[in-house]
Amino acid sequence: MIGQIIQFTIDALSLGSLYALMALGLVIVYGILKLVNFAYGELIMVTGYTLFLLSGSPLPWIVMAGCGILMAVFFGILTELIAFRPVRAKSVTAVLITSFAFSTLLQNAALLFISPRSRQVPLPDLFTQSVELAGVIIPLRNIITIIFAVVLLILFALLLKKTVLGIALRAAASEFRMARMLGVPANLVISLAFAISGFFAGVVGILWLGRIGVVLPTIGLEPLLIAFIATVIGGMRSLQGAVLGGYLLAFIDISLNYTLPQDLLQFRDAFTFSFVILLLVLKPEGLIKGPATGQRT
Amino acid sequence: MLKIDNLGVKYGAVSGVKKIDLLVNQGELVALLGANGAGKSTTLLAVAGALKCDQGSIVFNGQDITLYPPEKTIRMGIAMVPETRDVFPDLTTHENLKLGAFIRSRDKVGIEQDLEKMYGLFPILKDRVNQSAGTLSGGEQQQLVIARALMSRPKLLLLDEPSLGLAPAIVDHIFELILHLKNQGLTILLVEQNAVKALQLADRAYVLSLGTVATAGPAKDIASNSDLASIYFGN
Ligand SMILES: Nc1ncnc2c1ncn2[C@@H]1O[C@H](COP(=O)(O)OP(=O)(O)OP(=O)(O)O)[C@@H](O)[C@H]1O
Ligand SMILES: [Mg+2]
Repeated sequence: MIGQIIQFTIDALSLGSLYALMALGLVIVYGILKLVNFAYGELIMVTGYTLFLLSGSPLPWIVMAGCGILMAVFFGILTELIAFRPVRAKSVTAVLITSFAFSTLLQNAALLFISPRSRQVPLPDLFTQSVELAGVIIPLRNIITIIFAVVLLILFALLLKKTVLGIALRAAASEFRMARMLGVPANLVISLAFAISGFFAGVVGILWLGRIGVVLPTIGLEPLLIAFIATVIGGMRSLQGAVLGGYLLAFIDISLNYTLPQDLLQFRDAFTFSFVILLLVLKPEGLIKGPATGQRT
Repeated sequence: MLKIDNLGVKYGAVSGVKKIDLLVNQGELVALLGANGAGKSTTLLAVAGALKCDQGSIVFNGQDITLYPPEKTIRMGIAMVPETRDVFPDLTTHENLKLGAFIRSRDKVGIEQDLEKMYGLFPILKDRVNQSAGTLSGGEQQQLVIARALMSRPKLLLLDEPSLGLAPAIVDHIFELILHLKNQGLTILLVEQNAVKALQLADRAYVLSLGTVATAGPAKDIASNSDLASIYFGN
């Protein structure tokens, strides 16, 4: 019994940590631009292929992972420069289309230059080992995921809370025009948001790949969807909401994993979405409302 | 100090202002009056760089700032208190004030001194230091936004309807404060619904109507010559 509770808790917390990081990466851009970056999932893909391409090299794994995250940051900034900045001032629809287009472009590039089929990525032994806790086997990567997420969330919270740049970032997320009128440079803040978004995508990419072990061109779709749902549950406007939404979504998923009978398990997502819909009927604004206003620019 | 010539601003196909000529001299308090929709806020936002001008020019201290974005006009010394107030709701009072000094973030000592000064000037804010600004009352938010604008140590303060929707006692307090700032030598361009009060403080006034300047002159003349009701009904 105790064992089962521990297992459940660790499963839910580790999946929740992943979802929370995914959601945070998406909402940091949404908060500032009020626009969903549809190319977000592809940043995870970029991390995956970076690992794959480096797999033959003599570099230690941790360096490869670092490169993977850096590439996600780089592509995050690139997304902003290519898909967002040129059309940002013109229309919302244009940005939605360009971010879709950029997402498709990256996917097709992977399809064309690498392969439509999945490719193995290098992973350290640590990710495949497990430990025994109160009689249950816990994969180490789940514990690593939780620790990583908690450390990152704390660091991120400190950055937002304690530094002038962090305060400026939060300010720009709620009142973009006013922040500019106080001298906060709009372009810098937006690029920074995309860089942070890319960083989260990169970390999520590493941890996500640690779970599935392979990368393929469409790998970004599921994380994008999860991040999107988590932010909607949490309330699109707040960072805490995104984190909360991520953990809640994972909690629902894992609870269903534990309770659904075998033959219903394949319909798990249908059950999850029913819960999400119910939640949104009860709380249409999401769990955390966030700042009351916000103009798109 | 500020010279606006033939200013025109459009919101898509709708025109916000058509032709504004306006002058603010160093140390002056100039009132900008007019009916709803006359173009007062549009004028201020254009000066602050938050709206693009379609025609005309804005010159500040001899420099053409017509095309400047807002992050540049504030560095020139133009601070804005918008009609919509725009506190950062999830930031605390203290963080809002600190962000007001964003353009001089390096001047740590100066910022600390100014913070103390603001808390002296607006004692109510001192009681709300760590409260998120979104939960402050309307009057408190208005004081916060004025204090935030002052944190940048502006040369020109743009005030858009600072008394809007506030209780009479607080309105009096705000007007006292504006007078205090004027006496300290700050140049102010003030938009107000409360024309009587604004004209008492102002040196000169402009009355806008349908996006153009209908009347302009010393505040006393405007107060005595024009039927104030007509300013607001635009006829
Ligand atoms: N965001 C906007 N989009 C379209 N039209 C706008 C917008 N803001 C203002 N306008 C129009 O521009 C004109 C001038 O508006 P402005 O807000 O400058 O008036 P105002 O003098 O400040 O009025 P008030 O006393 O109500 O604040 C009005 O006709 C208004 O309808
Ligand atoms: Mg107005």
